[in-house]
Amino acid sequence: MRFVDEFRDAEKAQALAAQIAGLCEPGRQYKLMEVCGGHTHTIYKHGLEDYLPETITLVHGPGCPVCVIPMGRVDDAIFIARQPDVIMTTFGDMMRVPGSHGSFFDAKAEGADIRMVYSPLDSLKIARQHPDKRVVFMAIGFETTAPSSAMTVLRAAAEGIENFSIFCNHVTIIPAIKAILDSPDLRLDGFIGPGHVSTVIGCRPYEFIAGDYGKPLVCAGFEPLDLLQSIYMLMLQLAQGRSQVENQYTRVVAWDGNPKALRAINEVMELRPYFEWRGLGFISHSALRVRERYAGFDAERLFLVPGVRVADPKACQCGEVLKGVLKPWECKVFGTACTPETPIGTCMVSPEGACAAYYNFGRFTRERVKEATRS
Amino acid sequence: MTADREQQVLDRIEKARRRRPKLKEERITLAHGSGGKASATLVEAVFLEAFRNPLLEPLEDGAVLAAGGARLAFTTDSFVVSPLFFPGGDIGDLAVNGTVNDLAVSGARPLWLSAGFILEEGFPVADLERIVASMAAAARAAGVQVVTGDTKVVQRGKADGCYVNTAGVGVIERTGTLELAAARPGDAVIVSGPIGDHGVTVMLARGELDIESEVVTDTAPLAGLVERLLDATEGVRGLRDATRGGVATILNEVARAAGVAVVIEEDAVPVRTEVRGACELLGIDPLYVACEGRMVAVVDGSAAEAAVAALRSHPLGEGAAVIGRVKDDPPGLVLLRTSFGGTRIVDLLVGDPLPRIC
Repeated sequence: MRFVDEFRDAEKAQALAAQIAGLCEPGRQYKLMEVCGGHTHTIYKHGLEDYLPETITLVHGPGCPVCVIPMGRVDDAIFIARQPDVIMTTFGDMMRVPGSHGSFFDAKAEGADIRMVYSPLDSLKIARQHPDKRVVFMAIGFETTAPSSAMTVLRAAAEGIENFSIFCNHVTIIPAIKAILDSPDLRLDGFIGPGHVSTVIGCRPYEFIAGDYGKPLVCAGFEPLDLLQSIYMLMLQLAQGRSQVENQYTRVVAWDGNPKALRAINEVMELRPYFEWRGLGFISHSALRVRERYAGFDAERLFLVPGVRVADPKACQCGEVLKGVLKPWECKVFGTACTPETPIGTCMVSPEGACAAYYNFGRFTRERVKEATRS
Repeated sequence: MTADREQQVLDRIEKARRRRPKLKEERITLAHGSGGKASATLVEAVFLEAFRNPLLEPLEDGAVLAAGGARLAFTTDSFVVSPLFFPGGDIGDLAVNGTVNDLAVSGARPLWLSAGFILEEGFPVADLERIVASMAAAARAAGVQVVTGDTKVVQRGKADGCYVNTAGVGVIERTGTLELAAARPGDAVIVSGPIGDHGVTVMLARGELDIESEVVTDTAPLAGLVERLLDATEGVRGLRDATRGGVATILNEVARAAGVAVVIEEDAVPVRTEVRGACELLGIDPLYVACEGRMVAVVDGSAAEAAVAALRSHPLGEGAAVIGRVKDDPPGLVLLRTSFGGTRIVDLLVGDPLPRIC
C-alpha cells in the first residue's frame, strides 16, 4: 500500500539498525524517552525493539492523553453524563478509563447516554439532531486534539448551536516534559519528540530542553522507519556530544508549527493556573480551559461540576512508569491486580499506555520470542 | 539479575491468567459481547458454571452428539447486526451462513435449521420479507432447510428492528474428529481467503465515518469448501470459521486449546488493500476484524500444500494461504513476525472497537 509500506521497509530498517549499533559506545547504557503514546504503539505494533541493541532502552513517556487524566476528572465527567437530558460523547479509548466508581462503560451500562465519536464535529452533529438534549464532548488530548475542539466550539458559536458544550481536559506537553526533566530521579539521555503535537506547536518550544537541560530531542513521525531514523539521529548527537532539537518528521512538521491551529486554541481556550496529572501530580500552567467569552460552551461552567479530587490508588505506580523511573513490569501490581481487563492505573487502559502495550505485546523476554519466531 | 526478576513477574502473570475467570462486573457491558476476553469470562463464569456437562465443556462452535449410531453436530447463533442491510448481504444470509458454517467446521454436513425472529413493533413488513427472502436463498445455496421457527414482537424501542436467531443440526459422516486442541508443533495454519471484509463493510455501511469503499461482505456458506478440503487430505486437525474477534481470536483459541505457540507471518496474511486502508485509518488491526465466510484450518505440516491447493480449487477459497506454523514454545501464545521485521504478541482482544458486527 502506497504511503505506508515505504515507511515499513525491513531492508532499510536493517541498514539503520546497523548504523545505530555502530554509534553505541561500548559499556554505555542509553535511555531514550518517546514522549508520545502513538510512538509507544508503533514500537510495539511493529516489534521495533527487535532492531535495537540491548544497551538502548526506550522509556515510554507521558504523552498518552487518557493515561494522564486523574480519576477525579473521570468522576466529574460521569457526573455530567448522568445529568438529565445529557448525551456525553467521547473518543473510544476514554470509555474504559476507571474513575473511582467505574468507567464510562459502566455508567453507560447503568443508563447514562454515552456515545463514541471519531471527531468533535460528530458530537456537534448529534447536538444538531437532538435540540432537546444537552450534548457534551469529553475533550481530551494534547495540542494535537485541542485545535479540533476549539474549531468545533467556534463552529457551534457561528451556527448558534446552544445545546453543545465541551468538558475541557486538554493538556499541554511542554510542562509535562519539564516536570520530567526536573524530577530528581531522571536518568534519560534524550527525547523522541511527539510528532503530532509538533505539527501544531512546531519544534521551537523544545529548544530549552536541548539548551537548558542538555538533552537532545528529535521530532519523529509515526511509521517504524521514522522512529528508527529518529533514534539514529539521537544516537548521532550523543556520539558527537551535541544536544540540539532536530526534526525528522519534516514531511509534516513545520519548525514554527501551525499558526492557524494555534490561533484557534488561543481564541477559545486559556491556560489553567494548574492542573492535576495522573501520576505526576499538580503541574502549573499545564492544561487548558474554555475562555469566559465562550462560557456557554463550557460544560464545567454549565453543570456545576463537583470538582472531585481522588488520590491515585496507593499501589499504582503509574507516575514512576510515566517518568521512566520504573519499567511497566517493575510496578508492584503490574499484570496481577492491574491488567488491561481490570486496570488500576491509566497506563494499563489505553492501548497506547506503556503498561498495556507491554502487557499485550512485550510480555515475553526477547530471547524467547526470537527463538520461537526463528524459521 | 534483572532478566531473572522480569521472568519471575512474567511467570506470576501467566499463573494469574490460568486461574478460573471470575466475573467482576455487576452489569453487562458491550465488552461482554465482543468475542474477546470479557466474552470468554462471561461464558466460563456464568454459562459454563451453570450448565457444565461433557458435551458443552470443549466450548467448540457446535456440540457433537451421538444418537442411534449417527453422529450429529448441533449449534446456535444470534444476529443483531446494525445496519440490517449492507453491501453484499443482510442479517438474513448472515444468520443462515453463520450457523451453516459453525456446523461445517465441526465436520458436519449441515441439514436442518430453525429460525427465530424478535421483531420491534413498527418494523416494515417489506424489510422483513427482504430478510426472509435472502435467508431462503442462502439456505438453498447451502443445501439446508429451515424446518422450525418462532416469532416474537416487542414494543417499539425495546429492540432495534429485527434480531434473528438460528440453530442448526448436521450429520457427521466422516470418522475422526476435528478439534483445534489437536494442533501440534509442525502444523501449518491456513486461512481460506482475505480477512476482515465483513467487519469493514458493516462499519462503513453505518455511515458514521464518512469513508466510501467498494468492499462488500464475505458472507458465504463454507460447507462445500470444507468438503473439498477434507476430501483432499486427511491431515486436517481442526477448523474454525473466523467471525467476531477475527482470525486473531481463532489463533488464540488454537494456542490455548492445544497448549502450543502459533507463529504468524504478517506478510503472508491476505488482506485486501481497501480493508487494510480502512484499518490503517481507523487504527484497528485486520487480524481482529470479523469475517463471515472465511475459515482458519490447522493442518499437518506435510499436508499444507495439498490443503491450500484444494481450497484454491474452490471459488470461496481462491485466496487461501498458509499464514503461519504451530510451534511448541511459548505455549498458549500467538506471535506475529511483522512485515517490518520485528515480533509481537497477538493477544485476545479486551474490548470491541466495533460492536454489533453480526
